[in-house]
Amino acid sequence: MPERSFSDISYNKYLDEEQLMGSRCKKCGATFTPPRAICKKCHSQELEWIQMKGKGKLAAFTCIYIGPPFMIAEGYNRENPYCTGVIELEEGPKICARIEGVDPQKPETIKIGIPLTIKFLHRGEGEILKTYLAFEPV
Amino acid sequence: MKEKRQIGRGVCVVGAGMSRFGMFPDKDSKDLFIEAYNEMIASVDKGAGPEDIDALYLGNFSNDYFVHQAHWAPIIADAIGHTPKPATRTECACASSALAFKEGVFAIASGFYDVVLVGGMEEMSKCKTEEVTEGLAAAAFPSELAAGFTFPGVFGAISSVYFTKYGCRKEDLFNVTIKSHNNAALNHKAQIPFTIRDIMKQKVERARQKGTPIPTWKDEKEFLKDPKANPMVAYPMSLYDCCPISDGASCMLLVSEKMARQFTDDPLYVIGIGQGSGAGLQGSESLTSFEASRQAASEAYKMSGLKPNDIQFCEVHDCFSMAEIIDIEDMGFFKPGEGYKAVNEGVTRRDGSMPINTSGGLKCKGHPVGATGIAQLHEVWEQLRGKAGERQIPHKDLHFGAAQNIGGTGGTATVTILERR
Repeated sequence: MPERSFSDISYNKYLDEEQLMGSRCKKCGATFTPPRAICKKCHSQELEWIQMKGKGKLAAFTCIYIGPPFMIAEGYNRENPYCTGVIELEEGPKICARIEGVDPQKPETIKIGIPLTIKFLHRGEGEILKTYLAFEPV
Repeated sequence: MKEKRQIGRGVCVVGAGMSRFGMFPDKDSKDLFIEAYNEMIASVDKGAGPEDIDALYLGNFSNDYFVHQAHWAPIIADAIGHTPKPATRTECACASSALAFKEGVFAIASGFYDVVLVGGMEEMSKCKTEEVTEGLAAAAFPSELAAGFTFPGVFGAISSVYFTKYGCRKEDLFNVTIKSHNNAALNHKAQIPFTIRDIMKQKVERARQKGTPIPTWKDEKEFLKDPKANPMVAYPMSLYDCCPISDGASCMLLVSEKMARQFTDDPLYVIGIGQGSGAGLQGSESLTSFEASRQAASEAYKMSGLKPNDIQFCEVHDCFSMAEIIDIEDMGFFKPGEGYKAVNEGVTRRDGSMPINTSGGLKCKGHPVGATGIAQLHEVWEQLRGKAGERQIPHKDLHFGAAQNIGGTGGTATVTILERR
């Protein structure tokens, strides 16, 4: 694995390569994603890359009817809402991501705690390629 | 870290002003600030003028984005004739002017200045709704933005957890909304000075004039349940759970305690100040509480020597109905999971034992983000001095009032406690 700095830029590059990466503190074992350069628990700066399994459970969600411009560009609007949320990963950390494979029109059917698995959403091309993190029910 | 923080010397509030809040196509930030400033000057019992003011601290979140003009401290300083004296802008998203207040207090407490003008303003309504949403979203954390979160979405997600954990339902949040509207109806400066019943009547009248089918809602809750009247914004946050897009300004005059009586015989004493920071949705331990708010409250309580139940009323950061419930729990007024029950029981109403957001809150008074922190304190000023008119808290001899202000996804929070002696 090439040595990349523990930054959001590296994190996004890994997402492009369909890997959800984080950093683990060599001193206390705390795990973070996106990666942190400084351990939040013990403030050590000796961390190592760790690949997250991409499994977790739904910790919080919402279905958004008025989204930011990049979501509107994907066709989401008042008639076509999208679901997004917070996932608690098996490794411990929580992460924000879009939730696919649920019905945003029926939010009452979406339950906190359901098991989820990772999905990578590639948008745009070439220089403006961007990968968004998503999860969907197992 | 220090167990208890103190300021170097006492600081008092001797004047306060606030513009009307709303959407004003014919007013810019300078006009709004001057409106607040003139009211502040007029409120100083023994008089004050520009010559008294040593420095200006001005909160503004993002006029850079909203009207493509940055560096507002000197612009406002120039507008009120304050130049060449110092003028500083503070930015902490929606907590920007609470920070201006805090910096002003520190500047006096340090002994460097004696009289400081603190204020805030924001001019948002000249942007389209989507643009405002995007501009505000810039105060969130990068991972939240990438996931498509908006601020209504953040509080929608928080609701999903709170509902599951504590058994609160969307109908319970209606009681927050109804209360905010009832209070705002008594506040002539509020952006939405109407009760929900007023709004229902307005809609019936409009339907009658247009000749469209006349809606028949039995009561406020039926109106709020109607997806046509109250459309979803970010589940479960509907339109009437959300604060509006606002323009407005607020300011206060701070002086050293020693000089306060030169300006008024009825100053308010700054007895508690607290501030905290937080790591956003995914970085926080709890999804139903803001660590920044708890930190800010803890600092302010320790400095003042007060406990949550000593606070007689509070303005909290209700950008969304759900936020008000989280806030009153983080302030320690109610235990986690108990806030919504207190709201249901009427405890937080103006005539309840713990009045919350007597001004109508951000939800109805309006939320020009950079003005909000000091606008909250403006309500505390009016209530403590018995000048809140029709919305004066009826049954209490008021001495201690507080304001709690949040920026971003709990990224910043402040708590300020004022005392009338």
